[in-house]
Amino acid sequence: MTQTIMTVDDSASVRQMVSFTLKRAGYEVVEAVDGKDGLRKLAGAKINMIITDLNMPNMDGIEMIRNVRAMAQYKFIPIILLTTESQDDKKKEGKKAGATGWIIKPFKPEQLLAVVKKVLK
Amino acid sequence: MNGQEEAFKEEAYELLTELETSLLELENNPHDMEQVGRVFRAMHTIKGSGAMFGFDAIADFTHNVETVFDLVRGGEIHVTKDLVNLTLSARDHIKDLLDGHGKEDESLETEIIASLQALLPAPEPREGTAAGVIPLDSPEEEPDVVSPLQTYMIRFCPALDLFATGTNPIPLLDELREMGECSVTPHTENLPMLEDIDPEACYIFWDIILTTDQGENAIRDVFIFVEDECDLFIDLIDNDEAFDVDEQNCDKLGEILVKRGELSGDSLDKALEEQNLLGEILVKERAVSQASVSSALAEQAAVKKQIARRREAVQNTSIRVAADKLDHLVDLVGELVTVQARLSQKATMESDPDLVSIAEEVEMLASGLRDNAMSMRMLQIGTTFSTFKRLVRDLSNDLGKQMELTTSGEETELDKTVIEKLKDPLVHIIRNSIDHGIEMPDVRKEAGKEETGTIHLAAEHAGGNVLIRIADNGKGLDPVVIRAKAVEKGLMAQDADLSEKEINNLVFAPGFSTASEVTDLSGRGVGMDVVKRSIEELGGSIDMESQKGGGTTITLKLPLTLAIIEGLLVTLGKGYFIFPLISVEECVELPRDEAGKKSGLLNVRGEMVPYIRLREEYGIDETQPELEHVVIMETNEKRVGFVVDSVVGSQQAVIKKMGNAFRNAPDISGATILGNGSVALIVDVNKILDLRF
Amino acid sequence: MTIEGITQTGQYLAFMLDQEVYALDIMQVREVLDYTEITKVPRMPDFMRGVINLRGGVVPVVDLRFKFGMPATEKSVNTCIIIMENIIEGETTLIGALADSVREVLDLEPDQIEPAPKLGTRLKTGFIKGMGKKNDEFIILLDIERVFSADELSGVNDAEALPDQDMEVSGETESPLDT
Repeated sequence: MTQTIMTVDDSASVRQMVSFTLKRAGYEVVEAVDGKDGLRKLAGAKINMIITDLNMPNMDGIEMIRNVRAMAQYKFIPIILLTTESQDDKKKEGKKAGATGWIIKPFKPEQLLAVVKKVLK
Repeated sequence: MNGQEEAFKEEAYELLTELETSLLELENNPHDMEQVGRVFRAMHTIKGSGAMFGFDAIADFTHNVETVFDLVRGGEIHVTKDLVNLTLSARDHIKDLLDGHGKEDESLETEIIASLQALLPAPEPREGTAAGVIPLDSPEEEPDVVSPLQTYMIRFCPALDLFATGTNPIPLLDELREMGECSVTPHTENLPMLEDIDPEACYIFWDIILTTDQGENAIRDVFIFVEDECDLFIDLIDNDEAFDVDEQNCDKLGEILVKRGELSGDSLDKALEEQNLLGEILVKERAVSQASVSSALAEQAAVKKQIARRREAVQNTSIRVAADKLDHLVDLVGELVTVQARLSQKATMESDPDLVSIAEEVEMLASGLRDNAMSMRMLQIGTTFSTFKRLVRDLSNDLGKQMELTTSGEETELDKTVIEKLKDPLVHIIRNSIDHGIEMPDVRKEAGKEETGTIHLAAEHAGGNVLIRIADNGKGLDPVVIRAKAVEKGLMAQDADLSEKEINNLVFAPGFSTASEVTDLSGRGVGMDVVKRSIEELGGSIDMESQKGGGTTITLKLPLTLAIIEGLLVTLGKGYFIFPLISVEECVELPRDEAGKKSGLLNVRGEMVPYIRLREEYGIDETQPELEHVVIMETNEKRVGFVVDSVVGSQQAVIKKMGNAFRNAPDISGATILGNGSVALIVDVNKILDLRF
Repeated sequence: MTIEGITQTGQYLAFMLDQEVYALDIMQVREVLDYTEITKVPRMPDFMRGVINLRGGVVPVVDLRFKFGMPATEKSVNTCIIIMENIIEGETTLIGALADSVREVLDLEPDQIEPAPKLGTRLKTGFIKGMGKKNDEFIILLDIERVFSADELSGVNDAEALPDQDMEVSGETESPLDT
């Protein structure tokens, strides 16, 4: 069964890159522009994994993860946080909020796929 | 430029415009944290996606601005007019970079960066980026040092709330499995009773025995996302330094369990007193869990296997030695063999039994050493074969032909020198096959053949020789054409009665070429005669079978080595000569009624064999013995006798090159030094015949 | 007048051939051996006397007298073989040359060496690097690379040799040493 991954990022080019990479690897992709948009699109959908940016307008990544974990359907799905190296404490905060792992920006498509493979069965 | 880069630029331009607005806003209202956040996010996005899409210069530069605004966001730096000005010029510089300019403005860039860094508090050391993903510029991108296989025992005990972060341990175990040979034992002994189970908790832990060429850090990286939510023990249980550990020495099951602290030494001793399979006893006694035993057994098996594998590896270990060192070794061994022969001779003359036995031992050692040195020079011919694949591919493309090269017997070993000298002749033969042998695809189709022609290269051992066959399924030789050509070139008489094979072999005659038009490939004035000569210089022979329309097979017969030949030592006057033993059929006495003739025919058991008196041939005028001997040789499927003064016996001859001073002595292929120190000349039988007939 | 390429004091090994003094650049001389049995190689020109065993290696020996149009070397107690290092077709090759006797090692200043005369010697002027003069004695400095060029060795250029060489060579070529 094809698995669906949601990419949440306010940067269209990052979304495009993530989406392109994942689609080529055989995943379905749902795009969202920020945390709010992501939560809206999660409801009623069947998403297997979320890759979200940290810094976003309206609702940032950490806030969104907290909300996602509160949804029974998504309590155990892998969530990957996109961060930059200067945000080490954010990484911890993200973990606390329920993030499964993180990817440090910038990253290459193959690094993205390696992480997906690491957390998504 | 691809669509993604385009998208990045578009977005970046948008962000820059937005950034400008935010900055101007900030100038009027320096405490507007929302604007600060916007600036930070814009820089953050430009940096992040810039690096992802290959705009490294932009990413690196933007990083500096981002760092400053991160601090502004945290209230550590305040917005000032200067900061706004600086950021605006940074923004303009980013735009220049995006436009594809700005490279020439390196001084400006350096200036901005310096000013930005001046705003930072005391420089904090850049922390190592403990991260699941390797940063692009991290030193880990350096090529890994190839390390030997090591075996680790890994215990992965996740925290109870592992699942709360959406972590699935199975992909992690899978990742370990991909790193090498891996055996995983799950431990379920921590599972509580059913009524106490929290279905959302993780009670299981795992023991993993992993044999991998990657280091401990690579293993830790697998667990990078969960390092704070698990207990992870990684223990090197076997590596190459523990090399002298043999199978008997490797830890016994009980010892492993004690070492891991899962079993006390007392319980072990107690269990050992009862004679049963230790694992079974311990489980029965509830001293340890079944899983622990399985895991320990896995460790034991992995270590045993690793030791066995290493032992095997040692057997096949090789070192690289410079070729000239090897050549020198062979030379030295050659000299040793010569000196040893002198020693043996001297010992026999002295008739001292002790000396004789020493000489015999030295002889044995010397011959063992010689065989060994020779075998070191042996190389597999496969490497040479594989270089021809490219040749065939390129040439067939050039000519618009389709063909494929197949090989067999790549593992056949030949002396390095032979292989080196074989390469040019092989190239020539293969070129000939491609050029003249294999037809154009349409011609092949018409003839009912597959459009793709094949050339097969095969090597095999045959006695003390190696046979190399080059077979194509091309159009073969046309005896009529060859005959006409040979007559035209004056290579044979118009009415000569030759077999088809003899006619085909005329292509080896000097000055023969069947190509009706000179092509780039074969028409370089180098004909098959040169190939034949090169092969003969190697002490080999060349033979050709061809069927018109069916293809051509050329067979090369080569000696295993150039350094030593088995020879038959004969005398002529005061001189010694050596015939290659491989061609010697038998030795007979020259009947007295034949004595004195320069040449003639000899009746050898009913077959008339022509003979040559080497004395006459070589102009040796010393007194001739009463009884002369004839060495009957077979060469080119003909038998020929050579009359010599006496036959001394068979002898292994270390071949010494005569050098270019003797290139006019065509029938002497080399020399060797005899036990008495004198020089014997090695006769090239084929050449004598070529010179005479 | 000096010779091109000779600008420093050189050391030369002087030896006798048919009462004339010849010399070789000492840098090209490997060693000097007492006369030893030479194995004749069939079908070689007469100046190519054969090969000897030099500590396990096979080294060709030439008789320069043939090359220079003199009667063949007669073996005496003084006869020796000068082993030279020579580059033939890019390969360093050892070659032995028979000499009636070896005299001494000479130091020659550049101004003690004159160009080869066009006339008046028995050998091809191409073989001569120059004429050394010491104590009123003329010493013929050999250009060993030329003498032992591959063509010379294989006898290709024999036709160019002086006419009297053929007369000397004919007949009893081997006899002086064989007896």
